[in-house]
Amino acid sequence: MRNAGFILSIAGFAVLVAAALLAPILAPHLPSEPVYQPYAPPGIGGLLGADSLGRDMLSRILYGLRYTLGIALLVSVLAAGAGVTLAFLAAFRRGWTDLLIGRLIDAVMSVPQIIFALVVLAVAGVSLTTLVLTMAVLEATLFYRVVRPVAGDIVAMDYVEVARLRGEGLGWYLFREILPNAAPTLIAEFGIRIAYAVLFISGLSFLGVGVQPPAADLGGLVRENALAISVGQLSPLAPAVCIALITLSVNGIVDWFIHKYSIRAELG
Amino acid sequence: MLASATHRPAPIRDFVVSRVVSGLVSLVLITALVFVGTALLPGDTAGALLGQNATPAALEALRRDLGLDQPLVQRYLVWLAGALRGDFGTSLASGRAVSEVLLPRLANSLLLAGAGAVFLLPIAIGGGILAAIWQGSWFDRLIGFTSMLFLAMPAFLVGYILIYVFAVRLGWFPSMSVAPFAGGTRAWAQILTLPVISLVIIGQAHTMKLTRTAILSVLASDYVLMAEIKGISRRRIILRHALPNALSPILSISILTIAYLIVDVVVIEIVFSYPGLGKLMVDSVAYRDLTVVQACGLLFALVFITMNFLADLLAMLVNPRQRVPARGAAA
Repeated sequence: MRNAGFILSIAGFAVLVAAALLAPILAPHLPSEPVYQPYAPPGIGGLLGADSLGRDMLSRILYGLRYTLGIALLVSVLAAGAGVTLAFLAAFRRGWTDLLIGRLIDAVMSVPQIIFALVVLAVAGVSLTTLVLTMAVLEATLFYRVVRPVAGDIVAMDYVEVARLRGEGLGWYLFREILPNAAPTLIAEFGIRIAYAVLFISGLSFLGVGVQPPAADLGGLVRENALAISVGQLSPLAPAVCIALITLSVNGIVDWFIHKYSIRAELG
Repeated sequence: MLASATHRPAPIRDFVVSRVVSGLVSLVLITALVFVGTALLPGDTAGALLGQNATPAALEALRRDLGLDQPLVQRYLVWLAGALRGDFGTSLASGRAVSEVLLPRLANSLLLAGAGAVFLLPIAIGGGILAAIWQGSWFDRLIGFTSMLFLAMPAFLVGYILIYVFAVRLGWFPSMSVAPFAGGTRAWAQILTLPVISLVIIGQAHTMKLTRTAILSVLASDYVLMAEIKGISRRRIILRHALPNALSPILSISILTIAYLIVDVVVIEIVFSYPGLGKLMVDSVAYRDLTVVQACGLLFALVFITMNFLADLLAMLVNPRQRVPARGAAA
C-alpha cells in the first residue's frame, strides 16, 4: 500500500518536473499568445480551453509549472542554506549570539507566514527578487528550528572535541559520522519544505502579491481565471489541481522516506 | 530563562514572562518593519498622499502635520502610543482613520471565523476521537486519506470547487459575497454558508490529526493498560479513563484551531470577495496603503500569538508534570 503510493508519487512528480522542463517543446502555443476566442471551452480552445484573452490554458499551465517549481526549489535551497548556517553559527558561538539568533527566529516564527509576507511585500514592493528573498527568510526559520538541535549535538560530541585536540579535520567527522546520522531527518524536512513552498508561492500569487502578470505561476493562473468560474468555466481549477498534485506527490515521497528511515514524527 | 538559576523555580511565571516578552518582540518587529522600510525606500507618506503634482510647500506642510520631520524612533513611539489607544493613523488610500476602516472589516472576519469554529471544532474533534478509538478501521483509514488529500490542496481550490458545484451548477448560494449586507439573518446565512464550509474543509484535516494523536497517546498510557488488564469494558475505559485525561489536549487543540482559522480566513475572503480584514489587508498591499497593512498585520499577529500562548499555557496548567521545573529542557 505504502509502496504503491510511493511509486505513484514518484511517477507523478517525475511527470510534473518533466513537463516543466520540457514546456517549450510540449506547449502547443506560446503562453503569451492569444490564439483562440476568449474563454473558448476545452476542445474548441485547445485541450484545456482558453483564458479571458484567448490564450491556451495548457500552454500557460506548462509554463506556470516552471515558475511554481522553480521558485519553490530556489526558496527551499536558499532557506536551507541560511537556516543551516545560522544553526551552526548559534551552536558554535553559544552565549549571546545563540540567544539573539534564537529570539529573532522565535519572533519571526510566531507571526503567521502569510501575514509577515504581506507586510514585507507591501513595504518592499513585489518583484521576483523580493518575493524569493521574503519567502526564503521565512522558510529559513523553520530549517533553523530542525537543524539547531542537530548542530547542538554535533558541537557537544566528545569526538568532535577529541578530533579538535588531535588536530584531525572536523570535516571528516562531520561527513563520516554526524551528517549520515542526521541526513534522513534533514532530507525529509527539505521535502516537506518544498511542498510547503509550493503552497506558499501559489497562495501569494493567488492573492496578487506573487509572480506578476503577464507572467503567471500556477497560483497566478487561478487568480487570472477566477472570474471564469462564475460563468461555469472550469479553467481556474486546472492549475489549482496541478498545485495539489505537486504537493501530494512530494508528500507521498517524503512519507515513504520517513517510514523507510523510521524518522521520529517530530517534523511539522 | 537566563535568570531562572538564581531565584526559586517558578516554571509557570517564567513561561508567561518569556512568552509575553517574545510575543511583544514579534509585534514590535512586524509593526516596525513598515517604519524602517519606508525610511529606507525612496518617497514618503506625504508624497504618497498628495500624489505626483504636489507642490514642495504643500509636501513640507503635510510632512510637518504628519510628524514626518521627526526622527524614526520617535515617530514609531508616537505611532505605538496611538495604536495602544486604538488610533492607527490615517489610511493613505482613503484619507480616513485606519481604525474607522478596520473595525467593520474586523467584525466581519470574526463573524466568519467564529461561524467556522462553531462547525469545525465538533466535526474535527469528534472525527479525531472516533478515528483514534477505531484505530485501523475503515473509518480511521478514510480520515487518514481525506486528511492527506486536503492538507495537500491549496485553500482556494476547495473554495472554487464549492463555488462551481453549489453556486454555479446548483445555484443555491451566491458565488460572491457582494449581496446586500443589510439583508438580515437570512442574507447573512446565504453569504456565509460557502465560506464557512470551505473553512471547515480546509481546517479539519490538521485538527483531526492532532486530536487523533492526542487520544492515541492517552490510550497508550499505563493506566489504560491497567484498566484493560482489570477487565473493564472498552466503553468504560474510554469514557471514564481516557476522555477526562484527553480533555486538556483537546482544549489546547481547539484554541490552536481557532488561531489557524483566523489565518485561513485571508485566502477564503479573497475567493468569495468577502469584505473582511483579510481582504482589506490584501487590497491594501496592492494599493501600498502601508498604514492599513501595518494595522492589519498587527491585529492578525496579535490574535495568532495570543491564541498560541493560551493553548500552551493551558496545556501547562492542566498537566502537573509540565509545572515541575525541567532542568535545561526549556526552549
